[in-house]
Amino acid sequence: MWLYEKKLQYPVKVSNRDLRMAKFLLTQYGGPDGELSAAVKYLNQRYTMPTNRAKGTLTDIGTEELAHWEIIATMIYKLMKGATPEELRRAGLGSHYAMHGDALFPADANGVPWTAAYIQAHGDPVADLQDNMAGEQKARATYEHLIDLTDDPDLRDTLRFLREREVVHFQRFGELLDHVQGYMNSKKYF
Amino acid sequence: MHHEQTKVLRELQELEFAALELNLYLDTHPEDQDALKTFNEVVTRLAKARINYEEKHGPLLNFGFCAPRQVGWQWIEEPWPWEI
Ligand SMILES: [Fe+2]
Repeated sequence: MWLYEKKLQYPVKVSNRDLRMAKFLLTQYGGPDGELSAAVKYLNQRYTMPTNRAKGTLTDIGTEELAHWEIIATMIYKLMKGATPEELRRAGLGSHYAMHGDALFPADANGVPWTAAYIQAHGDPVADLQDNMAGEQKARATYEHLIDLTDDPDLRDTLRFLREREVVHFQRFGELLDHVQGYMNSKKYF
Repeated sequence: MHHEQTKVLRELQELEFAALELNLYLDTHPEDQDALKTFNEVVTRLAKARINYEEKHGPLLNFGFCAPRQVGWQWIEEPWPWEI
């Protein structure tokens, strides 16, 4: 069961409409290393994790990723709000407008729709946790690229928050990996 | 959005963030009694902040996770989070 909380995890302010930046941000909305991929991956992996720490951590980080997905959606929504079709077209979002109008859609920055092929579940906790750690680093790198692409101070502030969360998630997954490996070794030899 | 609402919302976001961060930490360090103590302190402050916010601005959670509604069905009232 999930509940919806009617607030963002972190405030989103944007200074100006910026359609190009909205297009770039789509990579974190529906791209391979984006927030949707992370949420679906973790919430799907948790069922077959061997320890309670792993089940709990994947449940909680997966849930937090959904909150980040909402933050990214809010940024894109605000950056695109009120744009005319001609403005969208000039920013490279003409094909987005043709297919989706003003709506959001989980696609990457090039318009390629989100696919479950971006994620994996091996049923092997060591392989899955290593994959998750790599995913957090890829998301961190993407946020650094996005920060480089804007000089809007409010937008940069929220992107820095999201970047920092990837660092924390990486840390938690690393601790979990050690713990799960210890658990599996103890099962093997004793 | 009203300045007062922005301010209490920000306080709520800070407290919820502290609770979330401690929660994740405790997931991988369940034996850490100091962290548990801090978590409990945050939870107490957070509960008060939530009641205070919901009294003025309506429910934060859907599906009945709020105080009984005396003033009508505020859940669907604006602003929605992406409109703030
Ligand atoms: Fe993450």
